Amino acid sequence: MVNRETWDWNNGSRAICDLGALEDRFDEVHELTASPDGERIAAPVLTAPDTFSVAVNDQRWEGEFEKAWHLAFTPDGRLTALVRIDDEWTLAIEGEPWEDRWEFAWNPIFSRDGSVIAVQIKDNMEYTVAVNGTAWEKKFPSSRGLALSPDGKRAAAVVQVEPLAEADVFGFFEGTWSLAVDGEPWERKFINAYGPTFSEDGERIAAEVRLDICEYTLAEDSVPWDNRFGCIWEPSYRNGSSHLLAPVRVAGSWTIAENGEPIWASRFMQLWNQRLSPDGSRIAAVATTSFGQWSVVVDDRLWKSSFDDMVLPPVFAPDGSRVAATVRSKGRWGLAVDDRPWTETFDMAWDPIFSPDGARVAAKVERDGRFAVFMDGRSWSPWFDMLWDPIFSPDGTRMLVRAVENGTLVRHVVDVATGFQS
Amino acid sequence: MADLEDMKIIDPGVDDNIAKLTPERIERTVNKVLTQETAARLKIYMDTCVHCGLCADSCQSYVSRDKDPDYAPVAKVKDTIWEMVRRKGKVDAEFLHNAARIAFIDCGACRRCSMYCPFGIDISYLIMTTRRILNLLGVVPQYLQDTTNSHAATMNQMWVQQDDWIDTLMWQEEDAQVELAGTRIPLDKEGADIMYSVIGPEPKILAQLIANMAIIFKVAGADWTMPSTDGWDNSNMAMYSGDFETMGRVERLHWDRASQLKVKRVVMGECGHAYRGAVYDGPRWLGWTKPPIPMVHAVEYYYDIIKSGRIKIAHKYEGSVTVQDPCNIVRGRGLQDKLRYVVNAICEDFRDMDPHYEHNYCCQAGGGLINCGPPWKRSRMKSNRIKAEQIHGTGAHMVITPCHNCHSGIEDIIGHYKLGCHVSFISELLVKTMEMSEA
Repeated sequence: MVNRETWDWNNGSRAICDLGALEDRFDEVHELTASPDGERIAAPVLTAPDTFSVAVNDQRWEGEFEKAWHLAFTPDGRLTALVRIDDEWTLAIEGEPWEDRWEFAWNPIFSRDGSVIAVQIKDNMEYTVAVNGTAWEKKFPSSRGLALSPDGKRAAAVVQVEPLAEADVFGFFEGTWSLAVDGEPWERKFINAYGPTFSEDGERIAAEVRLDICEYTLAEDSVPWDNRFGCIWEPSYRNGSSHLLAPVRVAGSWTIAENGEPIWASRFMQLWNQRLSPDGSRIAAVATTSFGQWSVVVDDRLWKSSFDDMVLPPVFAPDGSRVAATVRSKGRWGLAVDDRPWTETFDMAWDPIFSPDGARVAAKVERDGRFAVFMDGRSWSPWFDMLWDPIFSPDGTRMLVRAVENGTLVRHVVDVATGFQS
Repeated sequence: MADLEDMKIIDPGVDDNIAKLTPERIERTVNKVLTQETAARLKIYMDTCVHCGLCADSCQSYVSRDKDPDYAPVAKVKDTIWEMVRRKGKVDAEFLHNAARIAFIDCGACRRCSMYCPFGIDISYLIMTTRRILNLLGVVPQYLQDTTNSHAATMNQMWVQQDDWIDTLMWQEEDAQVELAGTRIPLDKEGADIMYSVIGPEPKILAQLIANMAIIFKVAGADWTMPSTDGWDNSNMAMYSGDFETMGRVERLHWDRASQLKVKRVVMGECGHAYRGAVYDGPRWLGWTKPPIPMVHAVEYYYDIIKSGRIKIAHKYEGSVTVQDPCNIVRGRGLQDKLRYVVNAICEDFRDMDPHYEHNYCCQAGGGLINCGPPWKRSRMKSNRIKAEQIHGTGAHMVITPCHNCHSGIEDIIGHYKLGCHVSFISELLVKTMEMSEA
């Protein structure tokens, strides 16, 4: 979990890195990644022909690699990159590669506090998972999809458990896919498995499974629900309980099922991207009742406003009382909060961010290639050349803005109430 | 009468699965689709058709097979979905064997016939409904089903492993840099203007096309990216096998990936059926009226960057060329003029086919036909003699095919009918003819 308490929340602006100097120093500077606390900015850089390193502010990692990409900061603020050394791949953390390397490594994911990192790996033409640098013993013909429990104590992957000959359509429908949890595959095989999801306490895991040509359900700890559905989307656990839910398609319409039974009276043409309030008591999801009538449904009640292009996954306020979503309508992006669309629209809008008390909603937005923070529907910051998502201080009174202006990453801490003073 | 040789072809995906069916399951499945999935559209089409036969001459298989009436679109419908409706689902194994051949092999769902139907009946929809029924019965040609299985398991058409995808992009980036220093394939660049998506065969067997596009983007000064994980494949053979649930899952992931990358638009490679899947059939099944984020076919993109001067042609290709109008981007999207603008911009000697534009004959490979594999290749060739005659009539030495199915299908036709010419994607010509600098 990101610990924002320790960050510098003193008001003011501080230059962090001259990106122009970085460009001058290296032949190539690839995509930039800013740390959540705004103190560091990193990018893969070409240091010599076919030789990469990672630049962090005005320093660079000592190590050099044949490749370096997929830079990401863990929730506890460590910088990671996928790197290739001597034609083998591994993960490097703050410049230090894991000891073990493999034929390939990709898709790093982090536990909630960042202490556990899992990656998918290929080793000797077989697939498995490495957790904090240690590979599972069992390997599989293929692996797709990876999950960690929130505490990082358990890991799971969608795995192919039986090899399949070319064009063996009969073997395929006998079931060749399953889940492997902490390295051990479920005994039961399925035609397909998707979307592994752990419960909050990590004790249970569920996934979408396919049982026949057009027969889907959820399997929890390898046991399928009794009910079958025409289609299904990824599951969620209610926070604080073992209750499992997913959008399901019944007789051509979609609704939410919990523990195998539909729980909403409403039926939709489409329903997906359900999100749970922090206490698990409320459900919000994206739905459409007819072609191009996209909206948000909260606890079985559909918003009155709708959007013809799309609605992105809804976001709950920390206390669960409010819901916001990024929306696209008539080719323009915007936000809608509690069924009220912002009047301002944008070339692009990022996810809504609630203040800790839920009273305010901010988002990064783009117009004409420039970026700004909008708050509660109104302009709140200047326009920048680059911008990362704004972050509220723990008490909600200040905002951290990580922005590039005139070629420099600047870290701004600004009073939410007053905004940027010109 | 339908071709006896074709009628005798045994396809395990069709025949082994038919052998497992019971009359009750067949009847139940047919009636489920007729009552729960087709609604008014099917009934209106069925009731409107007056059996006039004006669709017959529009179909390349009918024309190519000496006007055998069994290959007229109206006959294909009569021998498939009409009979299922008339018999209320009480059809037998022999019927299903023939229905599968007709629906999956003899009709490419190209929709040429609908233009000649006095009522504009979407005859392709009737054939696709037949395919849907057959899919739910498990009766799908083996190789097409295998492609659909790949979509279901891997979210791409060719069983491409996740690491192979990333690795391919990386070595294609290196290959592109040999041609033009500084060329990149930026992965997962959030906020890029363009997400570029391709079809599964590109990383599997035609990887140089990705390098070509990287070079074109570089020269055009595009801000672009490709996703490093599933959702990169815009193709969708599940659409053609009748597995609409898998089709929807694949399309959802493609658009999810575009929205996660916060791109303004998706530019797709030179493929026709993928355009249909990502723009029409997929979005509709999911509840969209159109793609949630604008989708730009490669032909439109090339047109924009040539017309706007963002790329300049240094020297035109001098050989004689003709062009195949892919059904899904010409009849389905109206890109014929932009296509010719691009071809004329890069080629000295362009010779049009006759007929052309939306009246051009189908390649007999799209619609899932070529994915039905080797057992059916000879049948496809017999059904497209007219295309061979069209190509031969132009005298061109190269057929430009801005569609993967057209590309492969016409390559087969050229070989089968010994036409002595070649096929090319536009990007292959563009990288040879455009001005390149390392600026």
